[in-house]
Amino acid sequence: MLRFLVRRLLQAIPTLLILSILIFAWLRSLPGGPAGALLGDKATPEKIADLNRILGLDDPIFVQYFKFLGRAVTGDFGNSLVSAQPVMSEIGNFLPATLELGLCAMLIAVCLGIPFGYLSARFRGGPVDNVIIVLSLVGVAVPVFFLGYMMQDLLAAPLGLPSQGRQMAGLDATTVTGFAVFDGIITQEWDAAWDAITHLILPAFALATIPLAVIVRITRASVLDVLNEDFIRTANSKGLTQPVVRRRHVLRNGLLPVVTVIGLQTGALLGGAVLTERVFNFRGLGFLLAEGIERRDYPRLQALLLFGALVYVLVNMLVDVSYGLIDPRVRVR
Amino acid sequence: MNTLLNKKKEPIDRLAASSAKGHSLGGEAMRRMLRSPVAITGGVITGLFLLLAILAPFIAPKDPYERYLQSEVILGKGIIPGAQAGFPLGVDDFGRDYLSRLLVGAQNTLLVGVLATVIGVVVGMIIGGLAGAFGGWVDTVLMRLVDVMLSVPSLLLAISVAALFQKPSQWTVIVAVSMVGVPIFARLLRGSMLAQRSSDHVLAATSLGVKRGAIVVRHMLPNSLGPVIVQATLTLATAILEAAALSFLGLGDPDPNRAEWGIMLSRSARQFLDIRPELAYYPAIAIIIVALGFTLLGESLREALDPKNRR
Repeated sequence: MLRFLVRRLLQAIPTLLILSILIFAWLRSLPGGPAGALLGDKATPEKIADLNRILGLDDPIFVQYFKFLGRAVTGDFGNSLVSAQPVMSEIGNFLPATLELGLCAMLIAVCLGIPFGYLSARFRGGPVDNVIIVLSLVGVAVPVFFLGYMMQDLLAAPLGLPSQGRQMAGLDATTVTGFAVFDGIITQEWDAAWDAITHLILPAFALATIPLAVIVRITRASVLDVLNEDFIRTANSKGLTQPVVRRRHVLRNGLLPVVTVIGLQTGALLGGAVLTERVFNFRGLGFLLAEGIERRDYPRLQALLLFGALVYVLVNMLVDVSYGLIDPRVRVR
Repeated sequence: MNTLLNKKKEPIDRLAASSAKGHSLGGEAMRRMLRSPVAITGGVITGLFLLLAILAPFIAPKDPYERYLQSEVILGKGIIPGAQAGFPLGVDDFGRDYLSRLLVGAQNTLLVGVLATVIGVVVGMIIGGLAGAFGGWVDTVLMRLVDVMLSVPSLLLAISVAALFQKPSQWTVIVAVSMVGVPIFARLLRGSMLAQRSSDHVLAATSLGVKRGAIVVRHMLPNSLGPVIVQATLTLATAILEAAALSFLGLGDPDPNRAEWGIMLSRSARQFLDIRPELAYYPAIAIIIVALGFTLLGESLREALDPKNRR
């Protein structure tokens, strides 16, 4: 197992390297450099040249790249041009918010998506199936940010849920790990934990919509596929009871593609988080990225985009490991 | 980057492989489409949308760019948007007729979606075509690049491309959104070229002494069009949604004059959701319906073309 993980990590290195070159070249190949963005209207060609020299942006591009790479290997992605903080510590500070939000959203998507997809397949062609299919198709067609606003507009007040930020104003919660819910629990500040949970509900549901819809559809298709397999007929003719067939044969085999899609959607979640965090003013990585874009903050953007790709690679590995757990045929050698 | 990326590629590759089956599949797919309520719903919605986009300038009751109600301008505030006599869906904050803007918006929204998709198809097909036609190291290098592009979440890719331009405009949105499609179309075309390489019609043409370039252009490309059309239909739906998301993030066309659903939605959602939520609902509902239409049509086309469903 360990060898497998190490090998997979090594395989990821070329991908990340190519990506780093692409991102690097890309960010510099187009007009609107950070000096212009930082100086704004006051920018004169001389001032821009000065600032570029200070930031090291007047070196040949490959020199810049190797300097960047050399430091990146040691975990140093430079300082943000906006906040003057090291980019890595910025990411560290904002990551818990996004992780909390993303985990909640995936939890919602998986816990609702698999049962609904399964129901849909079991009652194929019936009214339940039709309603679920229509809802899942509409779910993908709704702009995420609009859904967020609708939730704020229509749900927040009636349900008594906050619609902005991560924490009630004036609530002074102790920060230990940065995960607000978890912090509230370990410090036994139950008010703070509950406050954090209520702040998570609406943005998590908004972010969950697309993965939820996709998981429902994949589960349905996959369960339908499995129901046609010979081994289901065998299991039935062996006289196994329906619950046993469903649990041990249908679900177990039907879950493989679902696990893959969960992985893919987890990667895509980063994109959705940018929109959701903006709508709900939820200060996480998406917020950081949006600000970095506006200010042409190269160090921050490089780190965030590479971080996104790294997350993707790690999720990918997790998916492979879970394959072995679900299906012994693909167990790791 | 193995299983997960492979799974992301799998539907693309299966779609690509279906092109090797030749013509009979197309006819059969057509028959299957006409029997499917999903396909018909999708077809009707997209058909109506296209019709609307074409006819918009003729059926719009008022000039979508004219600022009416100038006498009601409140200093420093402009016009309070919302319902007004003579304007069925009300006016926006510039006093422009919202219904007319929605109608003309169909045209501009379609334009953004179609251009983004076409650029994605063309660039993707050039990359995929070169990879598929040459093979060898050209194939390896190009496909490696495509895999890297696939390994960035699509909205993040669009955001980062859009962020690179100094001044956001309609064109930066189109280019950014088109980049999402490039790796998909590249894989698709490469896949179907490889699948066709050993198919009967290509073998026949080769044995008749037809030149390689001619085989690629006259035999392989036309037979790859089916899956490309399927993917393009699905891409149109996501392109419209992604363009709206970019507008919302401030990476879209900043021109408040342009009547385009994504711009109208993000402007209304940010500015007057509290006082006039309907100004956000109209373009949002329009976007949802159109995205749904393209998705239904694309999914049913894909299903109809999937050899797995042949009986």
